[in-house]
Amino acid sequence: MVIGVLTITRDLYDSIVRHAREDHPDEACGVIAGPAGSDRPERFIPMENAERSPTFYRFDSAEQLRVWRDMDDRDEEPVVIYHSHTATEAYPSRTDVSYASEPDAHYVLVSTRDPDTVEFRSYRILDGHVTEEDVGII
Amino acid sequence: MAIEVRIPTILRTYTAGAKQVEGSGGTLDELFKDLESRHPGLQARLIDDGGALRRFVNVYLNDEDVRFLAGLSTALKDGDAVTILPAVAGG
Repeated sequence: MVIGVLTITRDLYDSIVRHAREDHPDEACGVIAGPAGSDRPERFIPMENAERSPTFYRFDSAEQLRVWRDMDDRDEEPVVIYHSHTATEAYPSRTDVSYASEPDAHYVLVSTRDPDTVEFRSYRILDGHVTEEDVGII
Repeated sequence: MAIEVRIPTILRTYTAGAKQVEGSGGTLDELFKDLESRHPGLQARLIDDGGALRRFVNVYLNDEDVRFLAGLSTALKDGDAVTILPAVAGG
């Protein structure tokens, strides 16, 4: 079995963690776009959590359309889709798995349950199947 | 009449990889039926067993989420653009 890896810059890694901390106790969510086919996350796009909930997230539909169109115009794709868990481990929940809809994306989970510990993990979610991968910070 | 429909990555298995297809119909429901005739399986990914738009599928007419219009009864006209995007959501 091939073990995948998410390669991400320190800056982008820190941006995700910062967003998750800022929105705690609600879940934070967003995208990092990158050139289509490159598997390289480059452009940080924090999204509104339309649910404003500590247990659920959903991108605002109008914002999502704008962001997805913008990526399309720039020939980008969502390389990373991230969200936070505020009271549980950084592992995809059942709802995360059932709604995962970007087969090529790295799904990043951050847990903010402990203010002093960073939990940052990455997964592929495909056809209801979760595969954790390594995170390489550059 | 031709309506341009943008297909998200996850549903391109039904369109032979095409990002965009054309269809026709006076309403969104009719458009989906028309697409189904050429792209079998697509409709079931958009509409649930009760005949409603699936909760975690966003459909936009031009720039507007059809949930804020008339849902599947939303009227379409020639030259309209419909965009389908799976909602990004979870727990």
